[in-house]
Amino acid sequence: MSTLVVVEHDRGTLSPASLEALAAARTLGDEVHALTLGAAADGLAVTLAAHGAATVHQAHHDLLADYGPEAWGEAVAQAIRALQPVAVLACGTDRGNEVMAQAAARLDLPFVANCNEITPGADHWSIVRVRWGGSLLEECTLVAPTKLVTVTHHAFEAVEMAGAGSTNTLAVDLDATLARTVVADRVERAAGVTLATAPLVVGGGRGVGSAEAFAPLEALAALLGGVVGCSRAVTNNGWRNHTDQVGQTGTRIAPDLYVACGISGAIQHWVGAMASKKILAINTDTEANMVVKADYAVIGDLHKVIPAIADEVRRRSAS
Amino acid sequence: MRVLVCVKRVPAPGAKINITADGQAVDTAYLAFTTSPHEECAVEAAVQLVEQHGGESTVLTLGPAEADEQLRYAASIGVDKAVLLPIDGNEWDPQRTSAAIAAAIRDLEATDGVFDLVLFGNESADSGNFQIGVRVAYALSRPMVNGIKGIEVDGTVVHAKRESDAGVEVYHLPLPAVLGVKEGINLPRYPTLKGRLASKKVDVAQVAPQGEAGGQQMVTLLQAAEQVSQTVILGHGPEAAPAVVDLLEELGLLK
Repeated sequence: MSTLVVVEHDRGTLSPASLEALAAARTLGDEVHALTLGAAADGLAVTLAAHGAATVHQAHHDLLADYGPEAWGEAVAQAIRALQPVAVLACGTDRGNEVMAQAAARLDLPFVANCNEITPGADHWSIVRVRWGGSLLEECTLVAPTKLVTVTHHAFEAVEMAGAGSTNTLAVDLDATLARTVVADRVERAAGVTLATAPLVVGGGRGVGSAEAFAPLEALAALLGGVVGCSRAVTNNGWRNHTDQVGQTGTRIAPDLYVACGISGAIQHWVGAMASKKILAINTDTEANMVVKADYAVIGDLHKVIPAIADEVRRRSAS
Repeated sequence: MRVLVCVKRVPAPGAKINITADGQAVDTAYLAFTTSPHEECAVEAAVQLVEQHGGESTVLTLGPAEADEQLRYAASIGVDKAVLLPIDGNEWDPQRTSAAIAAAIRDLEATDGVFDLVLFGNESADSGNFQIGVRVAYALSRPMVNGIKGIEVDGTVVHAKRESDAGVEVYHLPLPAVLGVKEGINLPRYPTLKGRLASKKVDVAQVAPQGEAGGQQMVTLLQAAEQVSQTVILGHGPEAAPAVVDLLEELGLLK
């Protein structure tokens, strides 16, 4: 009886989200095994063992040299047939959900995505999963010979433990046609802070009013080593590129401080911003959802408040 | 080329989502409905592909009779044909939904020919099961990649781009193929008056959906724990600037 965790990595670099899936697997009671795909991931076995994997199964194949949703999904499906685990877990990232969906389709099994609570039972499992990007939850039951589940990113904390695991080479047989969805080319991102990693984000909403009116937000962000973000309304108006969008269908941010300017705080935006450690809302409307949910607020016109903050920052840096 | 885009009708919530008394659905008494955001962009992508390469686009949804509104919206921005798989009552689970859509696609293709490209949204805004497109593609034995933010069709191949933490991944899929589109791939156009009028006349084909219930069944919807915070008002207007900069200093954000 085992729970198998599908490990996410990029050409051998571990995705820390996988350690959250291992932590979740350990709460289920069965022995925890891990599955790595591709020889490049063999070196991860020590880390995986230190997070509770009693055995790390290593699948090797030329088609697993880089990520490919079909090749990965087929390899997971074959591992499930060979190892017969009670459940298979991965983290609910883009790749995690995609690979589990591929495996589920191949085995004609249900797959429950983005789960916060998993309660195993004799005839069915009870699960609480996220909807609407986390603003609503769903309690559901899962009935299946093998339970396929991803856990919501950040819902479980990675936990290290003492102990060494064994490794096992797992044979997989992949059809050459699956090369059709293996990554064919990559364009590496230029170095620098991104919306997802910035320590400070200055976000603008409909209240900013125009593309040009983002200049003071840009200036303040530059002054503090942060970046500018925006709401979906801003993107839809064509004021800023979608790459700046914070929200359910944009980027999820987690800065030390999010300065939300002229943003009402609709669900779509809030779920992308709620992981911020602190939120400062600048808004004329004291009743705005963003103001109500923020840690701090300045009530006033962002067009006057933002330049005043920038001036004050400059004044203090100069003195 | 022939392009099919699959969409879902979802509520358009504001600051809070309320649940009906029986816990089975979002209370939509005061809400408008829309096409799930990623799929709005998939519709725009379908229209652009047909503009570039010629051919025909079709929009398909599995949903209540009212989803006619989302089909006609797609038609109003340029989609040629519309198909509704009507269901009554509560939404279908992912396995059942996927089986019904795959069966409908087989039927449509048997009469009108293969769709070179079938587009889905990356995930629906409401249930977010992250699997319908993948299951449909597997049922049709077609390649599928999710999370796509760039599509370029070149003869018998589609070049698809996807963002990752490290940068951009490029995939080359042979047609026919299936892609899951993410918002940001384009900025969907607004319908013109002419488009709106034309969409009223579009014939919406109805196909009875067929699929067996899967192993995931919803019991009830629940509110997420509300993030309770006592908002500290730092001040009013530009006079609040020193208090804001004090906060920046306290958080170690002053350079």
